[in-house]
Amino acid sequence: MSDSTPQWYDDEAGPLVRLFAMTAGRARSKNSDETFDLMATVEADASAYDVPTLSPEQRIILRICLRHPQTVTDIASESNLPLGVVRVLLGDLMEAGHIRVSRPVQPTQLPDTRILREVIDGLRAL
Amino acid sequence: MASVHSDHGANGANPLVALKILIAGGFGVGKTTLVSSVSEIRPLRTEESLTGASQVVDKLDGVEQKTTTTVAMDFGRITIRDGLCLYLFGTPGQDRFWFMWDELTRGALGAVVLADTRRLEDCFPAVDYFEHRNIPFVVGVNCFDGARRYMQDSVRKALDLDEATPVVMLDARDRDSGKEVLITLVEHVSTLHPGSQARLSTATQTKGGLPKRPLKR
Repeated sequence: MSDSTPQWYDDEAGPLVRLFAMTAGRARSKNSDETFDLMATVEADASAYDVPTLSPEQRIILRICLRHPQTVTDIASESNLPLGVVRVLLGDLMEAGHIRVSRPVQPTQLPDTRILREVIDGLRAL
Repeated sequence: MASVHSDHGANGANPLVALKILIAGGFGVGKTTLVSSVSEIRPLRTEESLTGASQVVDKLDGVEQKTTTTVAMDFGRITIRDGLCLYLFGTPGQDRFWFMWDELTRGALGAVVLADTRRLEDCFPAVDYFEHRNIPFVVGVNCFDGARRYMQDSVRKALDLDEATPVVMLDARDRDSGKEVLITLVEHVSTLHPGSQARLSTATQTKGGLPKRPLKR
């Protein structure tokens, strides 16, 4: 039956799975003190991927940051999940101990200008 | 592999330093053009309010109605080397995106304010914003074809900029030109660095010892 049914949805119809379904209705993470800055980096625990209770979206996030730490920005971009959803799911993953999160480097707290020099040289070399 | 524990961040073995630069300015001034000329542009879905989405949780009448509240924005990423990345965020110009500004500016290295001399006033809000928050910025005058050329000093005067704030003429479509404005910004940030502690803690009103200009508006 479904084979002959024309596809009645497309990207314009919006997400097939509503955002609040992915987050079990939550708009923010349980860890309200952890806001997952855009530049915070996330590293996944390699063994976490085998945990059977993960949701598909949590699995997508883990896969993205399994090999190398990734920024919250990159995770949202790569997964194509909205930032808010990613943050809620990261909160779950953190609470379960599946990921480690590093707060972003604050430019004002850079110990010296060495990194900035590297950035300048790197930009020149582009 | 050295484990980087949460809550501490950059404590020696941090495997990834991600720095954020904002590209601001009025609508159509060339923000996205600049980001895409110097970096690979990527989409980022964000949302005005997920709470808003959950208010329709009881509506079960199918998907005929588009209820998504997500909005798309772009960012660019430049990998300087393994473990050091630069992220460029175009600050959204439309009013409905103002909610993103504070989030975007938090912890930013600095900003490029793009200006178009045919409608210079469009960049005033961005200049005000970064000045008030002591976020280092440079002004990039995007030289559109056919627009009258002004000297850097005229732009500086018109914007009433701090003398230390660089003004750069650029063509946002040109990669080298885009790189140059970013380099100028990072150099500007490094000149501020040695005094950054004092600059940010106590003397918020004095940057480089100069008195802050009185606000025009």
